Amino acid sequence: MSYLFRHLDVVAQLSAEHVRLVGVSLLIALAIAVPVAIAITRRPWVGPPVFGVFSLMYTIPSLALFALLIPVFGLGFWTAVVGLAAYAQMILVRNTVAALTGVDPAIVEAAHGMGMSAGQILWRVQRPLGMPVFIAGVRVATVSLIGIAAIAAWINAGGLGTLVLDGIEHDYPQKALAGALAAVLLAVVADQGLRMLERRLAR
Amino acid sequence: MTSLPTSRPISSAVPGLYRADAVGAPRGIRFDRVVKAYQPGQHVVDDVSLAVEPGRFVVLLGPSGCGKTTLLKTVNRLVEPTSGSVSIDGVDVSATEPVALRRGIGYVIQQVGLFPHMTVAQNVAVVPSLNGWPAERQQARVHEMLDLVHLPAEQFGARFPRELSGGQQQRVGLARALAADPNILLMDEPFGALDAIERTRLQGELIALQRQLRKTVLFVTHDVDEALRMADAIVVMRAGRVVQYGTPLEIIARPADAFVGELTGAGDLVRLLALMCVADVQLAQDGELPAGAAVIGLHADLRTALSAMLASGTTRLVVTNDAGAAAGTLTFEAMLQAARAAAEKPAP
Repeated sequence: MSYLFRHLDVVAQLSAEHVRLVGVSLLIALAIAVPVAIAITRRPWVGPPVFGVFSLMYTIPSLALFALLIPVFGLGFWTAVVGLAAYAQMILVRNTVAALTGVDPAIVEAAHGMGMSAGQILWRVQRPLGMPVFIAGVRVATVSLIGIAAIAAWINAGGLGTLVLDGIEHDYPQKALAGALAAVLLAVVADQGLRMLERRLAR
Repeated sequence: MTSLPTSRPISSAVPGLYRADAVGAPRGIRFDRVVKAYQPGQHVVDDVSLAVEPGRFVVLLGPSGCGKTTLLKTVNRLVEPTSGSVSIDGVDVSATEPVALRRGIGYVIQQVGLFPHMTVAQNVAVVPSLNGWPAERQQARVHEMLDLVHLPAEQFGARFPRELSGGQQQRVGLARALAADPNILLMDEPFGALDAIERTRLQGELIALQRQLRKTVLFVTHDVDEALRMADAIVVMRAGRVVQYGTPLEIIARPADAFVGELTGAGDLVRLLALMCVADVQLAQDGELPAGAAVIGLHADLRTALSAMLASGTTRLVVTNDAGAAAGTLTFEAMLQAARAAAEKPAP
């Protein structure tokens, strides 16, 4: 523990890097996952092939995935972002589809019958009613990415994984432990924060 | 509400429906050889042709799976016919833009389908807001509609659907369907999920509303008593086909076949009495009124009259007109004769 308290500034700076890495990855992941999920709810045949590809990506160990990306994207921050965004797809698409299709069919039928267009049903009915399930997906994806992002230090993407790798390399367990603890703390804070949001929206 | 134009053509509310008016096309809803098959050879709706005149309350009656709901949904294009056509005021609905068409047609379903994340007032304002009405006009309309269904906006407008009883929710559903003043109202078993007391109450309110608004109503139910009570005309359906289309009295008195007879309990003279009113019977004019005699109004139904006779242990009732003055005497014999005449009258 002594490392953690003696180098709080370093830990804080690496935590900020970690948050940035996860945040950017998550935003890009959402920008892909939400339209894909909407497409799946409108054209059901899109679902099986998309889920097939995403679940395949999900089964590749993260270290191996980063290794596969290096020849294409090189080392660094954006390579890590690509890997993390790919990982999040499975969780985000599945939950977004569940959020959209989980709305009571009678409510959707009433909306159609009143003359709402597909876009109006999406925005005025499915979005507000599906929000808690959607946020649950974002929460699970965020917590997963905080964990996986620690491995991204291995491809020079920075973040708390740097402490863990250095600690192992220089046989300095205190340093590795500091990185791990900080990552866990981030994950717990993100999880609790998003749970609160979920509960507020579900009311 | 009484100022509502009652016979305005639907075309004026639905963009793209203008042509029909000019050529004086037939008014109301027309089904022309409508077939719906989800699988080849299995006709859910099988060659249905019907004309529903404007301002009429027409009930689609039949056992579950007879195609009545499917037929209803061809009107607002939630279901597209496999063949045949549906037209409103002479315009084929398949030539209209579905979203615009539906905004001109009120739609009420059994599960109500209120939006749980919106208040009662917001629910009622859905179609006006989709139509881009200014806020003040929306608000005024919400007040008017909620008053109409006896849920004053001051008290109920800010509540959420889950805070209402089933009957109150369906009233909001009705107010929502009427909010943009559609000429056509489609109702799919709207009272099916309510308890008996609430159902009877809402039926009564809908009858009163219809007297005031004169919408063209298509109402789906499998409840015979509901159909007999509400309908100007009943369409009896079985296995996708129309078996009989007639007034409640015609259906009960002269069922087209054994199926209709069994479904509606035709031959049940008490049911028949419920559909006839005192004014339909030749009243005796015996001048002197016995003091303390049982009294019945001219517009009461004969079933009520029979009850009154049984309750007072007499076969003669004094009939009073709207002004409360005696209009004659209703005798059991005359009532019996009228009922038998109705039951035996040959079909036109």
